[in-house]
Amino acid sequence: MTDPNTVQLTEDGRLKHFLTTEGLSRELLTEILDTADSFISTQERAVKTVPLLRGKTVVNLFFENSTRTRSTFELAAKRLSADILNLDIARSATSKGETLMDTLWNLEAMYSDMFVVRHSDSGAAHFIAEQVTPNVAIINAGDGRHAHPTQAMLDMLTIRRHKGEIEGKVVAIVGDILHSRVARSQIHALRTLGAAEVRVIGPGTLLPSDIESMGAVPFYDMKAGLADCDVVIMLRLQKERMQNALLPSEGEFFKLYGLTEEKLAYARPDAIVMHPGPINRGVEIESAVADGSHSVILNQVSYGIAVRMAVMAMAMSGQQTLNSSEEPA
Amino acid sequence: MNLPDIEQITQELAGQVSEMMTERQLDNPLLVGIRTGGVWVAERLNETLSCTDEVATLDISFYRDDFTRHGLHPKVQGSELPESIEDRHIILIDDVIMSGRTIRAAMNELFDYGRPASISLVCLLDIGRRELPIQPDLCGATLALNDGQLVKLTGPRPLALTLA
Amino acid sequence: MRYLHIANARVIDPQTSTDSIADVFVADGRICTVGRRPDAGEIEASIDASGQWLLPGLIDLGGHLPEPGFSQKGSIATETRAAARGGFTHICSLPDTRPVADTSAVVKLILEKASRAGYARVLPLGAMTQGLAGEQLASMYTLHEAGAVAMSNAREPIRDSYVMRRLMEYAATYDIPLFLTANDLSLSDGGCMHEGPVATRMGLPGIPETAETIALSQILLLVEQTGVQAHISQISCRRSVNMLSQARESGLRVTADTPLANLLYTHESVTGYNSLYNVQPPLRSERDRAALVAAVAAGELAISSNHSPHEIAAKKAPFSDAEAGMSQYDAFLSQAMMLVERGEIEVSPLVNALTALPASILGMRQSLEEGACFSAVLFDPDSTQTLTAGQLASGGRNHPMIDKPVKGQITHVFLEGCQIC
Repeated sequence: MTDPNTVQLTEDGRLKHFLTTEGLSRELLTEILDTADSFISTQERAVKTVPLLRGKTVVNLFFENSTRTRSTFELAAKRLSADILNLDIARSATSKGETLMDTLWNLEAMYSDMFVVRHSDSGAAHFIAEQVTPNVAIINAGDGRHAHPTQAMLDMLTIRRHKGEIEGKVVAIVGDILHSRVARSQIHALRTLGAAEVRVIGPGTLLPSDIESMGAVPFYDMKAGLADCDVVIMLRLQKERMQNALLPSEGEFFKLYGLTEEKLAYARPDAIVMHPGPINRGVEIESAVADGSHSVILNQVSYGIAVRMAVMAMAMSGQQTLNSSEEPA
Repeated sequence: MNLPDIEQITQELAGQVSEMMTERQLDNPLLVGIRTGGVWVAERLNETLSCTDEVATLDISFYRDDFTRHGLHPKVQGSELPESIEDRHIILIDDVIMSGRTIRAAMNELFDYGRPASISLVCLLDIGRRELPIQPDLCGATLALNDGQLVKLTGPRPLALTLA
Repeated sequence: MRYLHIANARVIDPQTSTDSIADVFVADGRICTVGRRPDAGEIEASIDASGQWLLPGLIDLGGHLPEPGFSQKGSIATETRAAARGGFTHICSLPDTRPVADTSAVVKLILEKASRAGYARVLPLGAMTQGLAGEQLASMYTLHEAGAVAMSNAREPIRDSYVMRRLMEYAATYDIPLFLTANDLSLSDGGCMHEGPVATRMGLPGIPETAETIALSQILLLVEQTGVQAHISQISCRRSVNMLSQARESGLRVTADTPLANLLYTHESVTGYNSLYNVQPPLRSERDRAALVAAVAAGELAISSNHSPHEIAAKKAPFSDAEAGMSQYDAFLSQAMMLVERGEIEVSPLVNALTALPASILGMRQSLEEGACFSAVLFDPDSTQTLTAGQLASGGRNHPMIDKPVKGQITHVFLEGCQIC
């Protein structure tokens, strides 16, 4: 069995790519959160940039559209003083594999230092990290259903800043878990950081078989699933990824799983409500809750820049130490 | 080699800083310590000087010039400065000055926070070997080291020097 | 009489329950004697086979030859040579060529190319439906007459139960055997690996076992109704093994095979997104694998190669984008022997699943008895070799043992009395 971390870690355990939260140590995840915290303070001052990645070139390689995620990565790169290039690549219907390899070869000629990759195939970021020249860092901005590690880490940071340490917390993730790369990354991170229980709530058609093997407890009922919850994470109902016959209607989904004030009352009185966005009001969450006092959804967005700055800095750092000659400090 | 008595030097330095503040008319100065040793020294000086603000801390990890060689330091803690440093008289404090690169990074960072009225540099120990044209306004003691020797400040209480 | 004398080999022939050291004398393409000298004649050539095994030539119930149509993956010449070096003397070629083997012209082309290359006897499988589109019957009688030994649907779907029934009735009329794969496309479509905890963790779309078992139950019920001679190709599930057992117990004559890869590997091999392990049928759980091995050991399940050579570009892509299939012919017997090395099966049932059982399914006899046509291989079980990409005979570069040590080597191959290598 191949350890996924033989690809994303250097020999001494530093990040050289950021592909998945799976298998990363508690120490390393905590280091990402701590580093992100220090970037949050730089975001609050007049000059929001630090010169850390000055002279480096970052390429946003998005094979799947996403204005939100792409612009937060762009902003994060700029605030690290890096040069950023945005490439939106429409995937051709034929010869997909060759197109990906050819794209990579063409890009390598541009001497980039980092690719931020979003792709609709699970394992694509992994594939690129293995194929690309050795000194390019790969940041996974989402691959198929597999992972969205920067989103998961900003969610962890949100929990830490609003509810304290993740250790001992009960966290519920609600909605289309089957197709969700965010949920998978969140589950790994929550488990590693010591959450007391990670629950997934949804209809049988949207919870993957064997989700327990990932350490999450499935619930089909909001009342039972939200009892004693410290954190409720609502997922977007991903209409574009659903095949037919998974749900009868948005209306029935909202009735059973939509987060209303009434359902939120099943959770702890001081529970926080999160959502990776964009929100479908009236489908997975009602406005009163999305805009209400328990919601930290807007904070998630600002933490997103800091987390991405942290991960980009750490991965670039790991790549640098691989390349540096042995000179004394 | 005789290592200087840090506790004693710090006491003397506090007096010198106080004199400098009067001479240069540094009203309501902001003491800024550079992590980690500079923060200990700044806090010790503040016990005598009792400036109105708390000691601010500066983490220069994001401004170092050796990122290409050594990458990011794993224990980045971030800087903690007041909301505005506009027009403030800053007394920048570090434990040891050697090449001058740390101070260069610290000043770059301070200017990303705002535009101070002035910066005065106070160092506990000057071990020479400058690589940049940067000199402390006040210095507790000088020390000449042999090739390959390094000093380290331990603290916060008691403050002491060890040779590495 | 001029003989080829093979001295001192361990003669293993499950057909005749032989497993002993013996001398074998061959003349005019046939085995004259085993274990005793012939009465008259002289020895023309002699092979000292001490320490080696003499086995009947292996028979493959299903391999993909990339000719006609896929020249970047290999040719009939390269692939039959690889098959011979893996221990095969007879291979059934699957009809998913381009054009599909649904005309006598394609069948004859395949036979002619194989014969000219001369490495192995190719027994073409004709297409069950035109273009393998699953809708219209192919001209099965004509294909059979041209040399196709059976008809196959090569993992392509049959439109519905109605078409499946008519296919079987037609084939049954002329005693044409059908090699059927059980694959319900409505459940397997979009999937690239076994549906289970590994697929869930990796976010890869999965193929549930019901994609195979539901299709299998449809096939078995229709086989019973129509009486067609049916062989189930490439099963991968424990449940399928059980269903076939039950069917046989209730009197249905039906045989089955499983690819070697499904006996050696499980879905755990996909961890790390190694596209080499993207195969159809998918590698399933350890429980499935163990059940398949047990069925082979019990003599109920044959082993096929499911050989699928691919060029590098076909596999150099994210997992679900890569073309499915594994190259298997080179060092095939050495790979199969890994099951014996691991103590999971004995030599005799393994050889049976690759020789006597496939032979009976094809209505032929492949044995090492006196009078039999001499199609056999000599195998040195102890020599080790490391296969580099350059040493592969196959045009495919998707072989799981590249740059890995393999134990055992085919030293001689005889096809109908001629020494091939």
